[in-house]
Order: sequence, then C-alpha cells, then structure tokens
Amino acid sequence: MIKIEKRNDVPMALYFFTPFIAIILTILGGGIIFYILGFNPIEALKFYFITPISNLYGFSELLLKATPLCLIAIGLSFCFKSNNWNIGAEGQLTFGAIVGGGVALLFYNQEGFYILPLVIIAGAIGGMIFALIPAILKTYFNTNEILVSLMLVYVSKLLLDYLVVGPWSNPEGFNFPETRQFSNSSRMPLLFEGLRIHAGIFLALAAVMLSWFVLYKTYLGFQIKVSGLSLKTAKYAGFKGKTMILVVFMISGACAGLAGVGEITGPIGQLHRMISPDYGFTAIIVAFLGRLNPFGIIFASLVVALTYLGAETAQIFLQIPKYTGQVFQGMILFFLLASDYLLFFKVKILNLKKNELRY
Amino acid sequence: MYKNFFRYLISAIFLLGFSVNSNADFKVGFVYVGPTGDHGWTFQHHEGRNAVEAAGIKTTFVESVPEGADAERVIRQLAQSGHDLIFTTSFGYMDPTNKVAKDFPNVKFEHATGYKREHSNVSTYSARFYEGRTLLGHIAGKMTKTNTIGYIASFPIPEVIRGINAMTLAAQKVNPNIKTKIVWVFTWYDPGKEAEAAQALIDQGADVIMQHTDSTAPVQTAEKAGVWSFGQASDMQRFAPKSILTSIIDDWAPYYVERAIAARDGTWNQQDTWHGLKEGMVAMGPYNSAMGADLVKEVEQLQKDLASGKVHSFTGPIYDQKGNILVAEGKVADDGMLAGMSVYVKGVEGDIPK
Repeated sequence: MIKIEKRNDVPMALYFFTPFIAIILTILGGGIIFYILGFNPIEALKFYFITPISNLYGFSELLLKATPLCLIAIGLSFCFKSNNWNIGAEGQLTFGAIVGGGVALLFYNQEGFYILPLVIIAGAIGGMIFALIPAILKTYFNTNEILVSLMLVYVSKLLLDYLVVGPWSNPEGFNFPETRQFSNSSRMPLLFEGLRIHAGIFLALAAVMLSWFVLYKTYLGFQIKVSGLSLKTAKYAGFKGKTMILVVFMISGACAGLAGVGEITGPIGQLHRMISPDYGFTAIIVAFLGRLNPFGIIFASLVVALTYLGAETAQIFLQIPKYTGQVFQGMILFFLLASDYLLFFKVKILNLKKNELRY
Repeated sequence: MYKNFFRYLISAIFLLGFSVNSNADFKVGFVYVGPTGDHGWTFQHHEGRNAVEAAGIKTTFVESVPEGADAERVIRQLAQSGHDLIFTTSFGYMDPTNKVAKDFPNVKFEHATGYKREHSNVSTYSARFYEGRTLLGHIAGKMTKTNTIGYIASFPIPEVIRGINAMTLAAQKVNPNIKTKIVWVFTWYDPGKEAEAAQALIDQGADVIMQHTDSTAPVQTAEKAGVWSFGQASDMQRFAPKSILTSIIDDWAPYYVERAIAARDGTWNQQDTWHGLKEGMVAMGPYNSAMGADLVKEVEQLQKDLASGKVHSFTGPIYDQKGNILVAEGKVADDGMLAGMSVYVKGVEGDIPK
C-alpha cells in the first residue's frame, strides 16, 4: 500500500537547494546518456560544460545567450507568481521585435543618439500590447490565458513572416526574406571590441533589480504573492484582481519585447524569420529553475544558456548530436519537478493488516 | 661546408615535418541548417562531407544551426578550433560567414548560394538547379493529362523563380497548353505545410507535382493521390516509388573534395562557382520506366545537350506574363539576368508575392 501525504514543514533552504540537486542529477543523467551513446562521459561532460566557457570569448557568448533568457524569465516570474500562466512570451518577444524593428527601419538611413532609445521603448511597448491581449480576454471574457497566449505566438510569427517577405523586405535583397540592415544608431553598443556582448545585458540586470524591488518591497509585489498563494484570500483582502492581472501581463510582455529588441539590435542587426530559437519557451524552464526569484533567475539563465553552447561544442569536438542540448533542458525541468514533488509530498509505504484497511 | 649541409638538412627535415604535420592537422568544418536526416538539402551536403572524409581529410559538422544570432558563434568556434576550411551551407549564413572571415584571414570560407564575398578568403558556390528543372518541365509536359503542373515554392527569390520559369518554358515546348499553378509555402522545410500545398494543387487539377522545398512530404502526398511527382535535392525514389519520375540531385561531393584538397595543398583561391549538369553538381535520379522508353531517350538526349551547352534552359524568344519580350529570339539569357530573375514567364498563373 502506497500513500502520498503532503508535507507541512518544508524548510525554505531546501526549497532553494533543490534546483542544484536537479542540475547535479541532469549532469549525472547526461553522463549516462553519453556513456550509452559510446562516448567517454567525463570527456563529453567536459566539452559540454567547461570548454564553451574556457576563454573570454566563450564566456561573453554565454552572457549574450543568457541575456534574453534572463529578461523573459524575470517578466514571467511576475505572471507565474500571481497564478497567471503566460506561455506566450515567444510571441511577445516576436511582436516586440516587430515594433522595435519597425522603428529601426524607419531610421535605416539616419544616425542619431535618440534612435536606439526609441527602438528599445517601441519594442517594450510592442511586447506589452501583445501581452495585454490574453490579459484583457482573461479578465473581461474569462478565457484561458494559457491557450490564448500560446496561440498568439503563431500569430506573431506569421506576422513577422509576412512583413519580412512582403512590405518590409530589403528592396535590394533579391526578395530574400529579410529586411534592410539597421543603421549603426539603432544597434546596441558593444561592450568590448571583438566580442558580441552588448549593452542589452544592462537591461537584463536592471530588470533583475527592479523586479526584486517590486516583488519584495512594494504593495503590488505583496498583492502578486498573495494572489499566487491563494486567490480567495486575495479577494477577501480586497485586492483589485483585474488590474493586477493586466499589470503582470504588461510587465511580462515588456520584458519579452525588450529581449526581442535586444536580439535584433544586438547580434542580428535586422529583422528576419529566425530572430529567436524559442527563447520565450526556454525561459519558462529558466523561470522555474530560478524559483521565480530574481537572483535565482540570473543563475538559471546562465545554466540553461550553457546547455545551448555545450551542445554546439560537443558536436564540434565529439560529433555528439546537437539535439542533446534540448535533452539536457528537458532533463533539468524533469528533475526539478520530480524533486519538488518529493519535497512537498512524502511517499509512505504502509504495512497494513487486513482489518486495518480503511479505504 | 658540412656545417651548411647540416643546416640545410635540419631545416629541410623541419620543413618537411612541419608541412606533413600541417597536412595531418588539416580539418574541414561544415555548418548545416537542418538535421542530417532531412533527406533533402542538408542530407546532400552531408553526403558531400562524407566524400571529403573518404578522401582522407578530417571533417567536422554542426547540424541544425539556426540562421539567427547562433550562426556566427558556431562558425567562429569552428575557425577557432583549428578548422582550415569552413563550408556554410545555407543562404542565411552569408553575413556571419563574412564577419568571421574578416577575423580569420588564414581560414578559408565557402558560402553556399550567397552573393557576398567581402574578404579574399570567402568563396561562394551554387548549382544551376534550373537545368534540372528544364528536364522536369520536358517530362511534366509530356506526362500531364490535365495540362496542369503544380509547383510548391518556398520564397520568391531569384533561384526559385528561375526554377519555375525554366520548368514552364520546357513544358511549353512539348505541350503549348501547359499551365503552371504555384503555391507559396514560405518555408524551406515543413512537411505538414508541404503536404497540404501538394494536396491543394492536386485538388485544383494538377496531375504532376514538383517542389522547391526540402522534405519528402510532397512526393508522398502525390504517391497517395496517384499523381506524378519529382524528388528534390536528393534521390527520393524510395519514398514514392510509383509516383516519382526522376529527382534533381544536388551532388556537392566533387566540389567539396576538390576545394578541400586545394585548400590543403595551398592552391585554394577565391571563386564564385555556379556549376550545373556539365560539372555534375546537378545530377538526375533514375528515370521511372512508366515514362516509356522513347521519352526516357529524349530526356537523356536533352540532358546531354544541356550539359554540353548545345541547349540552354533560357533560349529566346521568352515573354513575361504580359507578353513583353524578355529574351529575344535566338539569344540566351546571360548569368546576370538569371541571377536577378524576378518575373514569371508567360504561362505561369498568378503573381509573385510582394
């Protein structure tokens, strides 16, 4: 007889420690997979987790990759903490990039210090507007925000497809599905000569600090957390639920939009169809691995970014299929959820006599 | 005297050792846009890589590299980790390839289907796929009963429009009533969309289907519907043995081996290569016996004539959809015109999406 019981006394320290357990289990699991595939597991793991960041360039690439993940995950933490399931950050990122990119294209042949701030603000507003759609539908029409936000991802991607193939395509580009290159004034300033890491990382760090302040030091943060723990309590306390839903979605959308703008004005420099390798979805893993905590998210975004880089290095040096990167991301989430389950519930194996069977 | 002799001997040994050593260390890297198992575009580049490996040269590949911000890092990593020649096998790698090439002047880069060679260590290469399309058009014109050819197109870039036009011109030559119907899917690889497009074309009366996309879905849909089809990029016969009449095969192997050896031996130089049937970069799959012996013979002759240059895919008179002359009678289109082709020829239905 197996009985599952809820634990009442879960120590907070353990709650923040389980992500590390999940990462260690993922590394062990990865080692086993490499061994089964016929690779030396120690060597494979070294190429996976150490080689990519063993020099300055690699480390800068890690930060570059982690920046959008961190930004989006910070935004998502507002939604997830308040029980709003925004799954469509990828769409908000894309729409933010479309709006920001549109502004950048307006100024394609101009230079000026004011252009980049305009582009960034436009991107944030674009993401915000796109996130408002599921929020308004949820608050006023009681729709399911998971479905709406997810379906809007496809809407935004198709819109981007249409724009880069049609009206916004580069007139000198032989109809290839991409826009003109942005002017230098629309590009994020690089932090170091020769590296791709750009000023967008400061946006991510600012988002971390701001979100910490809002979540832990303001009334809004308190409302968000209470609603997350118990919607009924929040209602009883007289919190304005609808406004809060709109606000968390707007914050989340703005962050995703900023991530999109950071990509197109940073390493990419134009709009085309492949502006994001599903950062919006991967950021969901990042948000949970970081325990929806601003500083946890920094750490988690670095870990998940490393799985991308590691997959490339492992293929270059050992010809391990690149899809192991996705396997690693999946394993992290799996082990995290599994250890959470064991953290919050205990499994009891009962030895009951026949006459004691009460069920 | 002896002293000098030894000096020469030592330096000779050193040089020999050095050069042998550098030969042994010579490595070629490949960047693929899709998985090696796509049975189309990337699969064929991977076959080319296997040929380089078989020629005794070490190779590395990275598959499914998105054409966004990640491409530059992958190319740079290959350059940094001692690869001497790097093939980047998709159009979207054009700018990243040139960017990395600037920082690694001693590494050679080869970019497929692009037009930017900003540094002396960047070459570009592509194939005259349109020659294969001419053969497909000839076969399609003869095989169709409904006089309607269905064409699944990816993006309205010159390469794709060139293929549509070459096919239509060849089909008209053997069957003046031919019409070409086009569905634009705006993707290179999406089996679901490609299958839907094929079905839509069949529903509109097309009894010959061809595609400028990479998956095997269109030929499989055609097989189910009992209409004719053609394989694209690789020999797709085994996916639709009854329906496939032939395949256009991209054979990159000879070019890859030639360029890898040239780079290893120090004879590599910048080029813009555009090879076709003549050089074997475009090859045809086996012809379906359902075509009948006469037609197979005709097509084989046409294939020879295209290869020898006796016949050109774009020989005048060629008219656009409105009836304006594009290429005068007795003239052939030059490479400049082919490279920038952006209008349909007469007989193609619909407009190029703008």
